[in-house]
Amino acid sequence: MQTSTESAAAANPARVAKSAQETALPNEPSGRATPDAKPGTPKISVTVDDTRKARALSVKAAVDNLNFYYGQHRALKNLTIPIADKQVTALIGPSGCGKSTFLRCFNRMHDLQPDTRYEGSITLHPDNLNLVGSGVDPIEVRMRIGMVFQKPNPFPKSIFENVAYGLRLRGVRNRVTLAEEVEKALRGAALWDEVKDRLADSALALSGGQMQRLCIARALATTPEILLFDEPTSALDPIATAKIEELISTLRDQVTVLIVTHNMQQAARVSDYTAFMYLGELIEFDEAAKIFTNPSKKATEDYITGRYG
Amino acid sequence: MSSAHTASYRNVDALRAGLSRRKTLDQLFVIVGLIVMLACLMVLAVLFIDLVRDGAPRFSLDFFTNFASRNAERAGILAAWVGTSLVMLVTAVCAVPVGVAAAIYLEEYAPKNWFTAIIEINVTNLAGVPSIVYGLLALGLFVYQFDLGQSIAAAGLTLALLILPIVIVATREAIRSVPNSIREAAYGLGATRWEVTKDHVLPYSTGGVLTGMILGLSRAIGETAPIITIGALSFIAFLPQSPFTSEFPFISFQWLRDPFTVMPIQMFNWVSRPDQAFQANAAAAGAILLAMTLMMNGIAIWIRYRFRKKINW
Repeated sequence: MQTSTESAAAANPARVAKSAQETALPNEPSGRATPDAKPGTPKISVTVDDTRKARALSVKAAVDNLNFYYGQHRALKNLTIPIADKQVTALIGPSGCGKSTFLRCFNRMHDLQPDTRYEGSITLHPDNLNLVGSGVDPIEVRMRIGMVFQKPNPFPKSIFENVAYGLRLRGVRNRVTLAEEVEKALRGAALWDEVKDRLADSALALSGGQMQRLCIARALATTPEILLFDEPTSALDPIATAKIEELISTLRDQVTVLIVTHNMQQAARVSDYTAFMYLGELIEFDEAAKIFTNPSKKATEDYITGRYG
Repeated sequence: MSSAHTASYRNVDALRAGLSRRKTLDQLFVIVGLIVMLACLMVLAVLFIDLVRDGAPRFSLDFFTNFASRNAERAGILAAWVGTSLVMLVTAVCAVPVGVAAAIYLEEYAPKNWFTAIIEINVTNLAGVPSIVYGLLALGLFVYQFDLGQSIAAAGLTLALLILPIVIVATREAIRSVPNSIREAAYGLGATRWEVTKDHVLPYSTGGVLTGMILGLSRAIGETAPIITIGALSFIAFLPQSPFTSEFPFISFQWLRDPFTVMPIQMFNWVSRPDQAFQANAAAAGAILLAMTLMMNGIAIWIRYRFRKKINW
């Protein structure tokens, strides 16, 4: 599943050597969280603004005892995580720990592969729909839960048609409605100003970062209840990455976000809640501020400080 | 290890000497490859030029508008090229939808199990079945069982069977070249398999599908054995009925049941005549057939180029 996850793993031996001579500094994990962090990088401080904190948090999706099997292989083990409504939840962990597998349970992407099986439940609120229930149509689930993939994957069609596709699948034919919704989605993805004069151009003419924002717009157009991000910036340069991160931060006002990332600083910057996974199990789940400043488990601390559990 | 031994591969002069020898071998292969390739092309070119030169006295408008005749100078290929065109039309109309549908099923729908594995292997095997065997099958099935007789429909269906594996293999290849991430994107928005296929997979692989179709047809256009087996006439002095009529509904499919001849059979007929004058007719018909084939391949290359330029993953 996790195809391009080698970079983090490859970078780890060096960091192990480096941090071995230091004592654990749980309150000061900055700088060592990623190999490319410059010295003097400010502390990872998660600023949870007061308005957001004051907002009563409700659970959008409750993951309860979720197990997932590829054939006989049990890839996810008894995961129980609440996904807070209109918040960003990040999934971190080393390569092959099951983050992407977990993410793909939410929109039933595994159903496209033969011989896969879910156990347990992911209950979507408010209508108490078990996303992985056998009686639930995976297509309905995918229409309600959007996904943005690791590599930007726009269709080789016009920018307009890319964004309109989800609506067309829902039978929207009215040109005016389509145009309005497409504009709204492109504005939501902070792409409108860049492409408003060339909506008929091929999406393949866009830059990598623009393509990824187009994919976000495509997912936003159908107003998903949860938006899944599978390492959305791993194929992008730092500037495009910053734009996407900023976008994700603003998205939480309208949609529940679940993001898989290898970049610890990214997780710290964009997420409200963070789950650390290892070998298909949930090791720790807490507010991002807590995870990145004062994790309660040794394994979490080792991972975020670069010592790799 | 002795120091002299070490020197042999650490010494720069020795390294250069070895390098020049290796590069000579490299160059040698380039030359051999070029000669072999040019030799093949030369054979084709000589054949074509020879055909054109031998058939030169026959190239005229009359050659295209005259029926076969006992008189070599007056004989033409009207019945043959009309027959070939109509048979190709039937072949394309039958083979392409079936072949594309089969390829879509195998690539997008079929579960990966022993049953589909056997189907896949046999599709490839079908491409290798001698064409005369298809002719025998068609004689029993289309000509007698379905009672189509020695007609354009029977010939078209026979050739459709013959090129079906080519169309299937080419289409599968084209479908497989559509990246999986595109399918995931469409599935992720809630598309069904059929919507993913019709909105994305097929449109993005049209170039490859058309190329496969044309390559299949250019194979079919030169087939002689199966057409002879089902009993095409070799001497014919009338055209099939026109598909357009003056009365409602203005379109007639009666031509499907008409007897016919095709270019390779006409050529074969002329070649086997003792009269030397007919050899020129055969050469001219051969040149035209070859030109038709090359033209179709050219169109296939052009289509592929156009689509590659439009969709560059």
